[in-house]
Amino acid sequence: MHVTVLYFASLREALGLEREELELPPEVRTLGELRAWLHARGGEWSVLAPGRNVRAAHNQEMAGPGTALTAGDELAFFPPVTGG
Amino acid sequence: MSVRVQHEDFDPGAELDALGAEGGADQVGALASFVGLVRGGGIRAMSLEHYPGMTERALQTIETEACQRWHLHAVRVIHRVGRLLPGERIVFVGVAGAHRGEAFAACEFIMDYLKTRAPFWKKEETDTGARWVDARESDDTAAARWGD
Repeated sequence: MHVTVLYFASLREALGLEREELELPPEVRTLGELRAWLHARGGEWSVLAPGRNVRAAHNQEMAGPGTALTAGDELAFFPPVTGG
Repeated sequence: MSVRVQHEDFDPGAELDALGAEGGADQVGALASFVGLVRGGGIRAMSLEHYPGMTERALQTIETEACQRWHLHAVRVIHRVGRLLPGERIVFVGVAGAHRGEAFAACEFIMDYLKTRAPFWKKEETDTGARWVDARESDDTAAARWGD
């Protein structure tokens, strides 16, 4: 399925990427599986390693690893927020 | 209920007056507010990044939740983005209620939730370089005390 993934703040800087359009393999069906699949790219993608403090959003709502993905979704990965 | 994410500065006094007017003179007896500032302390500037679209939604959700928990007559949140200097205003939260109890409580609640749920990220510029601000455990603790 086709999804859009956004990266923010220190994650965006570490990856040198703010956005990408992806065609996901059939075995990637949840946010957690997407994170693991991206981590497996290696190199700077170690920022998404398990245990690293990374938050995620699914269609602009904070979401957890079990969140199911649907074609056309907008996903985002970012550090814990620091507004206010 | 209004939410603004903007580069421009705001005038807290004007925003409070607008809240009172929005709530209505018949109903509003209390206006409570919070203004967050860039604290100098060795930094030259602070930059605020955000997630356009999600930011406004998250702030709206927080306002809606405040209105569900307390009976409020008007709520207003303004959060600036972009590069700000020490002493500049970052955020405004204003609440109009019948009495001070709900106005104070809602104002504090909105700030505690904003600190942990609104997608903004701060980067500080210092003489030795720029660094991203880390999230604070005390913010999570503050948000948790409102229950979930």
